[in-house]
Amino acid sequence: MRTDLELRLLALYPEQMNIYADRGNIIFLQRRCEWRGIGFSYAAAGPGEGFDPGEHDLVYIGGGQDRDQVLVAEDMLRSKGAAIDSAIEDGAALLAVCGGYQLLGHSYQLGERSIQGLGVADLETVRGEGERLIGNIAIEADLRPGPDDAEALVLSGFENHGGRTHLGAGATPLGRVVHGHGNNGRDGLEGVRRLNMIGTYMHGPLLPKNAPLADLLIARALERRSGSEVALEPLEDDLERLSHQAALRAAGGG
Amino acid sequence: MSALFSLKRGLARASGGLSRISGRGGGTTLPGRLLVGMAPDAIERLAQDLDRGSIVVSSTNGKTTTAGMIAGVLAAAGRHPVHNRAGSNMHWGVATALLEQVGDEGLFELDEAWLPRVAPQLRPRLLVLGNLFRDQLDRYGELEHLADEWADLVESLATTAPAPDSAGSAPDGVGFALCADDPLVADLGRDAELRRRPGVTYFGIEDASQALPELQHAHDAKHCRRCGAAYRYDRAFVGHLGHYSCPSCDAGRPVADVAATRVELRGMAGSQLLVDTPEGELGLELPLPGLYNVYNALAAITAGLRSGVPLETIGAGLESTRAVFGRVETIEVAGKPVSILLIKNPAGANEVLRTLRLEREGPGEGLDIWIALNDRIADGRDVSWIWDADFELLADGVRRVVCSGSRAAEMALRLKYAGWPRDRIEVSDRIAASLDDAVTAAPGRLFALPTYTALLELRRLLSDRGLAAEYWD
Repeated sequence: MRTDLELRLLALYPEQMNIYADRGNIIFLQRRCEWRGIGFSYAAAGPGEGFDPGEHDLVYIGGGQDRDQVLVAEDMLRSKGAAIDSAIEDGAALLAVCGGYQLLGHSYQLGERSIQGLGVADLETVRGEGERLIGNIAIEADLRPGPDDAEALVLSGFENHGGRTHLGAGATPLGRVVHGHGNNGRDGLEGVRRLNMIGTYMHGPLLPKNAPLADLLIARALERRSGSEVALEPLEDDLERLSHQAALRAAGGG
Repeated sequence: MSALFSLKRGLARASGGLSRISGRGGGTTLPGRLLVGMAPDAIERLAQDLDRGSIVVSSTNGKTTTAGMIAGVLAAAGRHPVHNRAGSNMHWGVATALLEQVGDEGLFELDEAWLPRVAPQLRPRLLVLGNLFRDQLDRYGELEHLADEWADLVESLATTAPAPDSAGSAPDGVGFALCADDPLVADLGRDAELRRRPGVTYFGIEDASQALPELQHAHDAKHCRRCGAAYRYDRAFVGHLGHYSCPSCDAGRPVADVAATRVELRGMAGSQLLVDTPEGELGLELPLPGLYNVYNALAAITAGLRSGVPLETIGAGLESTRAVFGRVETIEVAGKPVSILLIKNPAGANEVLRTLRLEREGPGEGLDIWIALNDRIADGRDVSWIWDADFELLADGVRRVVCSGSRAAEMALRLKYAGWPRDRIEVSDRIAASLDDAVTAAPGRLFALPTYTALLELRRLLSDRGLAAEYWD
């Protein structure tokens, strides 16, 4: 057991961006570190607050209501844009879900209004006239950062979004939709992935339904801190596996 | 009434009897479904017969119980409104009640999303609005969108023709009984210039000793609806219900006309209240537990006063209120008491957990609990809400828990991550078998916490065993 390790998590706008039980993702990460004797430190950065990208190895941002999302978008670009960009380039893990995912892109078109995003992912989002894309979802994800060690991981979750996201030519999706809508309900792609950054519409919350993804994020964050490869001790994951399977079944995936 | 409409009404009415004869219980809304299918304007036409108009109740949490309490208050005054008491609160449930019951006034609970469409058709004389919480985002959408729809409804009712007379103190227009402690609801009672609208009565809790130590995570009203500034909370009682003010405009908590000045909670046994009203003070032994039922009772007191019921009669009506099925009812199963508490969203579940926490105090090895988490449409397909509810509250208070329902495993997972000891958590998908297992293992009382459709399954199960037959309408 490596007791010298510590996961340094930073939650962005936890008061504003928490609509789909985003807290569940954080609790999940925290417990899995604690059970392995890995330290866990939690910090939050809200409106107007900057952060030091060298001090945090896993950055999380969740979803919000339209109004909160607009407020957050402007504030985040101003007070945190450079730090987020630098953290990602430096190999920090970042997980952005739903509204947070949309803000990674260049822009989010909400009716007449265009919200400027962080531009750390090559994508654009438009709030369509059509129905919200709602339901259980399963995707096949390619989660390794390099193409040589690609490994398909099936993820399950729940999506509920009015925005349609389209990836630019330079962007890599998180995965391919097996059941559900994904980025826009048309091209069969879901989420985005670059370095150790993941953006996705999948909540539910995402990590409790997909323990291997949680562990992957923990490992990447610890590696960035320690500079060497980290192998996590396996946990007794019976309920985690059953939950994953139940979510997959709900999505129609077996 | 046209001959054609009479024929449709007759056909629809007959279907209710057929449904019951065929033994397909739960057919409580079939007549209404048929009728609104044949005649979309049926509700409006049938409601014309309600000479004294209707009381319309809605909220995320507590609408069925509040409507039940109001029915008790009116019954104590010898009044028996047409009432969709089976808890069927979409338009076909309302239509069914109108078809099957006769009366000169109405009492309807309405689903939050149906309220704006159906309420205007019911000759409303009083709109009773309790709270808006995060609930089933996959069905209702964002909370602020729902709040906007409610605001449009209130605006249009407040500026339209006078409502029918109620007995006693009849307002000139539609009246509104609003919870002062919920910023999303309270603000509906003010016009664009922040003046209180005519006919508005506010209710709320004043007893500061009941405040939560800190704001709960499931906190849904952070920004002033008027100016967007963050509300400042002096105290919160249930979720975001509490005493708040806006630091940058005047849209803070309005003064409560009907106010609980003293509240003493007694776990499952209920609570003792002192309530200040415009008609005097009322002392009350409320037989239902939890602060959420205090809010429901305040709403019912307000509705009673606005309907001309004397204060003592209101008190008598409330003290004789029985729990609505699944909302803190206790039923004996195999010789052991099983207390049923519906859970369906973070705010409601938190109040149930707080009540159980009170039960936990005292000697013993902890509570026996059965939780059934379903993910059908009426529950919300999205079960992520369980991660917003504070199950951590009972981490050290449980002897054994059995998780059931279509998402049993994820319920168990949530409890494990809330710090409940893994070796006290069982998973068993099937409702009947898991309940029997939980009852058999419990040394005494079992607390059963089903989501909505799991509650319906439980009701069917208990009814089949002859244990809850009186709940069939």
